[in-house]
Amino acid sequence: MSSATDTAHHGHDHHHAPPYGITRWLFTTNHKDLGVLYMSFGLLMFFIGGAMAMIIRAELFQPGLNLVDPYFFNQMTTMHALVMIFGAVMPALTGLANWLVPVQIGAPDMALPRVNNWAFWLLPAGFVLLLATLFMPGGAPASGWTMYPPLVLMLGDSFPFLIFAVHILGISSIMGSINIAVTILNMRAPGMTLMKMPLFVWTWLITAFLMIAVMPVLAGAVTMLLTDQYFGTSFFNAAGGGDPVMFQHIFWFFGHPEVYILILPAFGIVSAILPTFARKPLFGYSSMVYATASIAFLSFIVWAHHMFTVGLPLAGQLFFMYATMLVAVPTGVKIFNWMATMWRGSMTFETPMLFSIAFVLLFTVGGLSGVMLALAPVDLQYHDTYFVVAHFHYVLVTGTIFAIMAAVYYWLPKWTGHMYDEKLGKIHFWVSVISVNVLFFPQHFLGLAGMPRRIPDYALQFAEFNMISSIGGFVFGFAQLLFVWIIIKCVRGGEKVTDQVWEGAQGLEWTLPSPAPYHTFETPPVVK
Amino acid sequence: MSLAQGTYYVPHESRWPVFGIPGIALLMAGFSVYLNGGGWGFPIMILGAVITLIMTVMWFRDVVHESVAGKYNEQVDMSFRQGMAWFIFSEVMFFGAFFGALFYARVLSIPWLGGDDAATSQFLWDSVLLSWPTAGPGMLDVDFTAMGAWALPTINTLILLTSGATLTWAHHAMKENHRKQVIIGLALTVLLGATFSSIQAYEYVYAWEELSLRMDTGIYGSLFYMLTGFHGVHVIIGALTLFVILIRVIKGHFTADDHFGFEAAAWYWHFVDVVWLGLFVFVYVI
Amino acid sequence: MTSKMLVRALTAVGLIGLLSTAAAAPGESGWRQPWGLNLPEGVTSLSRLSYDLHMLVFYIVCVIAAIVFIGIFYSMWKFRKSAGAKPAHFHHNTTVEVIWTVIPFLILLGISIPATQTMIKMEDTTDYEMTVKVTGYQWMWEYEYLDEDISFFSRMDPDSQLARQRNPEISPREVEHYLLDVDNPLVVPIDKKIRFLLTANDVIHSWWVPELGWKKDTIPGFINEAWARIEEPGVYRGQCAELCGRDHAFMPVVVIALEQEEYEDWVAEQNGEAAAVGDEPAEADIDDVAEEELEDMSEDELMTLGEQVYNSQCLACHRAEGEGMAGFPALDGNEMVTGDVSAVNDVIINGVSGTAMQAFGGRLDDREIAAVVTYIRNAWGNDAGDLVQPSEVRDAR
Ligand code: HEA
Ligand code: HEA
Ligand code: HEC
Ligand code: CUA
Ligand SMILES: [Cu+2]
Repeated sequence: MSSATDTAHHGHDHHHAPPYGITRWLFTTNHKDLGVLYMSFGLLMFFIGGAMAMIIRAELFQPGLNLVDPYFFNQMTTMHALVMIFGAVMPALTGLANWLVPVQIGAPDMALPRVNNWAFWLLPAGFVLLLATLFMPGGAPASGWTMYPPLVLMLGDSFPFLIFAVHILGISSIMGSINIAVTILNMRAPGMTLMKMPLFVWTWLITAFLMIAVMPVLAGAVTMLLTDQYFGTSFFNAAGGGDPVMFQHIFWFFGHPEVYILILPAFGIVSAILPTFARKPLFGYSSMVYATASIAFLSFIVWAHHMFTVGLPLAGQLFFMYATMLVAVPTGVKIFNWMATMWRGSMTFETPMLFSIAFVLLFTVGGLSGVMLALAPVDLQYHDTYFVVAHFHYVLVTGTIFAIMAAVYYWLPKWTGHMYDEKLGKIHFWVSVISVNVLFFPQHFLGLAGMPRRIPDYALQFAEFNMISSIGGFVFGFAQLLFVWIIIKCVRGGEKVTDQVWEGAQGLEWTLPSPAPYHTFETPPVVK
Repeated sequence: MSLAQGTYYVPHESRWPVFGIPGIALLMAGFSVYLNGGGWGFPIMILGAVITLIMTVMWFRDVVHESVAGKYNEQVDMSFRQGMAWFIFSEVMFFGAFFGALFYARVLSIPWLGGDDAATSQFLWDSVLLSWPTAGPGMLDVDFTAMGAWALPTINTLILLTSGATLTWAHHAMKENHRKQVIIGLALTVLLGATFSSIQAYEYVYAWEELSLRMDTGIYGSLFYMLTGFHGVHVIIGALTLFVILIRVIKGHFTADDHFGFEAAAWYWHFVDVVWLGLFVFVYVI
Repeated sequence: MTSKMLVRALTAVGLIGLLSTAAAAPGESGWRQPWGLNLPEGVTSLSRLSYDLHMLVFYIVCVIAAIVFIGIFYSMWKFRKSAGAKPAHFHHNTTVEVIWTVIPFLILLGISIPATQTMIKMEDTTDYEMTVKVTGYQWMWEYEYLDEDISFFSRMDPDSQLARQRNPEISPREVEHYLLDVDNPLVVPIDKKIRFLLTANDVIHSWWVPELGWKKDTIPGFINEAWARIEEPGVYRGQCAELCGRDHAFMPVVVIALEQEEYEDWVAEQNGEAAAVGDEPAEADIDDVAEEELEDMSEDELMTLGEQVYNSQCLACHRAEGEGMAGFPALDGNEMVTGDVSAVNDVIINGVSGTAMQAFGGRLDDREIAAVVTYIRNAWGNDAGDLVQPSEVRDAR
């Protein structure tokens, strides 16, 4: 596809340069500004959530209670997960969508710019509520991010803050997703048919659908917690005819699609980067689209694989086991398509490519342990051990986070007009990829050998691997400081890049000047 | 619709969200403090609610002005339509969570507690047998009567169905430019909505006092109030929206082929209608 | 960085990972040892079935991982631009796409057969020969033998309790089964199909002994069922596996499996002991105990027994020095504790309803309560100066 119109400046009565000062950022409706805000917020939260992870790893460095009180440890696991998922990954991915979707489909902006601004600013509000609990007398939520009753009802003062923070973050996600979905469906340039859209746009369309479908369910679930706590209802109380497990069903009906919300856009990113550096078109575009849609569909009928130990009826166990295993098929299609994309290409290994390749390999590791977890009878052993922790960090950290990093390196030159420091980028990659495996690979062993998750202290035989894991964690954490430095350096200056930036890059965004002007595609390009 | 025109309206700055966000934060934080027993949370909560309300009103005012000023082309209109459709979808899923809870309780947890699961029933709940509606095995001493389907709820069902009809009538009139009929149809709809809410209020008082049916009378009471309560809130919001639309019709904001504000409110109203039918069948009748 | 180095480094990472996992595979030698890598084979037919399934899938996913890793490393090497690779232009091939959709599907189908069979066996709790009811509490287990008149609580052992404090008196490394030992283990016979009924009193816990091959959540208000037929005598250790609050890490499970005769001896001993003033008197027994058995105790006796009881029962919440923590009141320097004795007795016997402070009346006998009350009134900085005798506790009940 190519763009027929020059896209930079047209003589409308809009002011083209961004306004100055703080109000630019507060009031902005510009999708690029909001993209930057979203991504910066995500980065900030990544560090806050990461700092909590460092406390976790420090406490687990050796047996015994060394640093923190067990209750505070539980607060850290809970907040770490909430901050990482709702604060770091989702905003970062939404930010990427904000910046990229309009330019990839040739739209002048997002469909609902004001809603866009609102959706973003709800995030700080939600996180002020959530993080403020850290400074309250009873401390922050300590129930695990899954918020199971009855435990969550014992939280004390932080409880309503947790509930309302989830509500606010939910509204933010729903509004953000509606905006993205409408933009994709309604704002495409002439000729940009659905099956011509870049995969990043496709994956985000499906992600947006998932979010609009499941965030309200989470809101409903936590609302029932609230009324159980303060208004005497008995949803999750057996004495009143309810069932604590019912919460788990509702939560995971949200929770499982949620994990695909976290991974599908990452699939989109990798599908953009691999072809560029393989200098060869993406293999199996349409099967990629169908695979993404199948994963999304299946994600609605597998939720109880998180609940194999709660005493589901046999038929339920079997159904959810089969459905979960099925997810491996479309995901496998994606992996093999990426392999075929690289096959007989002409590859170079710039930082975005390195992160993308690491993504494919290490996501596969996480996905395959997922398939092991899917086997209901053996999950009775794996469940709630570090094997699960290893699984989801492989898909989340070396999956989503790596993809986000790849995206940042890949599009940073387009955003800033400067090339990032390739040498530092490579160092960042190598330190990260090695340390992250030192961090999470031994956790498989810990889990199999019997270490439960969510514990601040452990039996002596787990000491060695925990220490190794912690060391990997500290190195990985420090490596991320380098990441921030590279970004700052690149924003401040550096070698100027061409509009094309990468030799093999395809897509409308590369037809724009680097850095891209404040307003783009005010007259739509014609896509052939 | 993939035709982007050069005139897609992009407001260049938006103050109301940022103005309203602290309101939402205060509202929620104040409410939290209040729930935790801190009385001083209450005024904060009210302040937050007021700010949020101002935001909502001002924001919609801007949108109305822009719309009247003709800034929205067809594509913007389509964005609004799709946005509204997705929003209603998210609302459907929100109610889905509570309906899910209803089905779960009725099909699974109540039977398990009340006899189907031998061990649970025998060892924990003295083998009591339960049948819907129930307060649950641990609250057998609470005495309540379930809300029957045939008096008030049936009347309310008829009212909502009629309101759907009057609204459709108004819509047709709108398309044919019969302004008077539009106004009458809309006014009737709003009135019916208000009647519905009043009857529901009466029903609540009756249930609470005469039937001893409360939120804390076990799972039936919980589900009853949660489902009908959230529905009731939606009826009120929908009726208010329709009322605003009525005023806008009187002011002449809409034309036969450009009246998305009207349609959005109408969609919402029909959605509320359909949810009620679900409620009527699954909460009251069955 | 040259691509040669790159390939080498990536290969190294992959290989280390794969090899170390493969090394983990055979046998169970690593189980419960430092550097333990793998699930135990366990000691029940169920655990062996699930272990076999685990190994089967493990090997399958290793092969799949190997295919993916080798495929990618090979193309990175072979089709690198620096070696002059020219890009091909294909972007689609229906045949291979069908192949790599169908083959994984068939593999999964294959796995699902043994998985289904195993699952069905696991759920079959019929034809049991004895029943144990397990109840989870914050943070201990209660075991009731439904066919015998035996029931007792099982808490983490005092040594671990001490060692798990911050700035502990003894180091964790000196405790033999740190965090994995209890005061009263569950004792069961081998070669009997035991049905477990699992429930909880407060929040959800999960009862897990890896060697039995499963864990099962204990849900307040519901009973879950599971079963085991242990084939080898031995001591099997596990832990609570569902986050249940502050001390989730500190509620171990220990199961001792005995030969039938030894088990019967144990049962007899329990029955005998419960009639005397045992460790865990059932509610009814407390009344049976004759008045005269409640002799007054000396200060030494009271304080020694009191300290024992405190360290095993109370320390989890009120901490080693009675200093308490957020949400759990300090007992040291607490005027309520050193004040009116009957109030203190009442709190301990009946608990404070709606809080984590449970009623210990059913769990501790009069001597123990008297001792612990004496202890908390006189330990640390507290200095009430008086002794509380078992008879006073009897009267307070
Ligand atoms: C990005 C997030 C993400 C992703 C993508 C996944 C993907 C998958 N997950 Fe994971 N999962 C989580 C995040 C994620 N998960 C989290 C956060 C938790 C824990 C939550 C908590 O309790 O706190 C969790 C927990 C979790 C459990 C519950 C474990 C337990 O608590 O006991 C299970 C069980 O079935 C599971 C399964 C799977 C499966 C089958 C996939 C599949 O989608 C994977 C598919 C991919 C592949 C299989 C690899 C590539 C395929 C091939 C190369 C083809 C050939 C393969 C075969 C034929 C096998 N996950
Ligand atoms: C996207 C989600 C995401 C991400 C990115 C991460 C990232 C990390 N996670 Fe997280 N994690 C979860 C989601 C995620 N996690 C979830 C859902 C849970 C389950 C929670 C529950 O049980 O309820 C969990 C639980 C969890 C546990 C288990 C806790 C327990 O069960 O007790 C552990 C333990 O090692 C852990 C570690 C880490 C580490 C070391 C990182 C690292 O990758 C983080 C690296 C980043 C940084 C370190 C920040 C950057 C650097 C600095 C701040 C500078 C300072 C650096 C130093 C001082 C060294 N996580
Ligand atoms: C599971 C945690 C837990 C355990 C175990 C526990 N307590 Fe408590 N205890 C509490 C809590 C929480 C309170 C506060 C109750 C309240 O809010 O009034 C409390 C209150 C008390 C009080 C009243 C203090 C006051 O100021 O009112 C005394 C005395 C006491 N406990 C003694 C004991 C003794 C003795 C034991 C052991 C036999 C023990 N506790 C075991 C949690 C525990
Ligand atoms: Cu009990 Cu965890
Ligand atoms: Cu899942």
